[in-house]
Amino acid sequence: MKELVVISGKGGTGKTSIVASFAALAGNAVLADCDVDAADLHLVLEPEIRRREPFSGGKRARIEPGRCNACGKCRELCRFGAVLPDRPRDPSGGRVYRIDPIACEGCGVCAWFCPEQAIVLKEAINGEWFVSDTRHGPMVHAKLGIAEENSGKLVSTVRQEARRIAQTLKRDLILIDGSPGIGCPVIASITGTSLILVVTEPTVSGLHDLDRVTALAKHFAVPAMVCVNKWDLNPELALMTETHALRRGLRVAGRIRYDRGVTQAQVARKSVVEYQRNGCSEDIRSAWEAVRRELDRTPDVSGEGRRAS
Amino acid sequence: MRIAVASGKGGTGKTTVAANLAYVASREGHTVAYLDCDVEEPNGALFLRPAISEREPVHVSIPAVEETKCTNCGLCGVICQYSAIVPIKGKVLLFPELCHGCGGCWLVCGSGALSESRRSTGRLETGNANGIRFLQGILDIGQAMSPPVIRAVKAAAPDADFVVIDAPPGTSCPVIESVRDSDYVLLVTEPTPFGLNDLKLAVEMVRVLGLPFGVVINRAEPSASDTHAWCEYEQIPILAEIPDDRHVAEAYSRGEMVCETLPGYVPLFSELLRRIAASLNATTTTAGRRCAP
Repeated sequence: MKELVVISGKGGTGKTSIVASFAALAGNAVLADCDVDAADLHLVLEPEIRRREPFSGGKRARIEPGRCNACGKCRELCRFGAVLPDRPRDPSGGRVYRIDPIACEGCGVCAWFCPEQAIVLKEAINGEWFVSDTRHGPMVHAKLGIAEENSGKLVSTVRQEARRIAQTLKRDLILIDGSPGIGCPVIASITGTSLILVVTEPTVSGLHDLDRVTALAKHFAVPAMVCVNKWDLNPELALMTETHALRRGLRVAGRIRYDRGVTQAQVARKSVVEYQRNGCSEDIRSAWEAVRRELDRTPDVSGEGRRAS
Repeated sequence: MRIAVASGKGGTGKTTVAANLAYVASREGHTVAYLDCDVEEPNGALFLRPAISEREPVHVSIPAVEETKCTNCGLCGVICQYSAIVPIKGKVLLFPELCHGCGGCWLVCGSGALSESRRSTGRLETGNANGIRFLQGILDIGQAMSPPVIRAVKAAAPDADFVVIDAPPGTSCPVIESVRDSDYVLLVTEPTPFGLNDLKLAVEMVRVLGLPFGVVINRAEPSASDTHAWCEYEQIPILAEIPDDRHVAEAYSRGEMVCETLPGYVPLFSELLRRIAASLNATTTTAGRRCAP
């Protein structure tokens, strides 16, 4: 079984459009949308949800107002500024405290040290994940709750489920749509995969971010390829990006031309290669061939999901 | 006034809007600070080209272990919610990248084997870009948690008439950390189905935070889009529309400031700044404002 993860460093370079097209071209892959805090793949693949599960990525503290005597110990110990003064519940009582659920990281220090045992630490529901059917194969996706944390754990959950499905259905490829950046969800998306495809654009920002994401791939020892999307917006920088990538040991999967059909395909809820045969679809097909060949050279991934932060 | 520039979807033009807003505000004679809080991929410097005068590491707390003092009580492993510290038979295993620095382990340790130490996860750079005070955070490669670096950038923010915050994409903890104590949030989107889907998520987020906000549509077409219709339905002000202009895309690709290369865009950004200030005066800033202590 192979795992291909598409990431970009910089956002908005075309990851999801390319993953949707790859899904159509691969035909029998298991899909995993690991951009859990701004997922878009479902807009194109129109999944039919078969199973939904709550996700709990951690705990959260809550102060029982009746038991708090406002000693202030929790406020003193909290490193996350999550203990806020609350209005007194009854006029005779002094000031009590409350926990800001957005700032709370669920460490439990306040609950442990509260002399009145007025603080409870409970599992928090941070999101939801789904197993769905799409016209291009099974898909695992998720929705992180608004203003929630632990996206890395949710990504790991999605990947584990995708692996389980791939094993059960004997599918040999998992296609992962990653998120922008280099932080926790990205690390959780790439660790232990067979190959990273970095989708970039010919801009100074794209080049700068490619550099950081390449270093990340190297740090976690995952082989990577690069593909310059909308290359004709700045041919000089496109060439520079590819040269730069080659020097850093990345293979070039191809270039994709700028094409307004990409947006039109989104509106039609189709992948670009389903929407049109010519234009950038030709480029995406040849990039897919290059990625496919590279995947054949990589070793299979083990069945067990690796844990990331 | 703190203006955070955010978006659900990446690549919609946050940095373009933030940098050009800072530029016009400074040109109009205001004191301006620019905070690049997209610490995973900070790009503001490519456009503002600041002279960096100071670089300092950003530290987070972690435990330090003196194993000879350990009595194998095991409490550190019990209190840690992140499995960052695992005591086994006289040995204490640490996983610094999982540690949130909450202090639980060294507070419960009765034998003095654990104490507070620190490690660096990124750096803070400060400088000056043609009169704009410039600050950026840079997360080290391989580090998972960006919020401490974002906190460091915000803590170092100088007083200014306008503090412009360039936030990371998404709706989870790094974004919350970047926008949470702002006076106004500007959500940059593009009129595509992906753009609209992610705008809805971003709007949900700022509503949870209770912050006043408005929308900027980038790469706008002359005709009205679903994004326009949705904003109208939700009664969200569209404060500016940046047309889908190849010249803007090309200037951006070369790392140029739109307002410098294409001065015809100066009125657009100055009007945007005026409208933000006006809507802030209309809705008193106390409403729903939330400050990190």
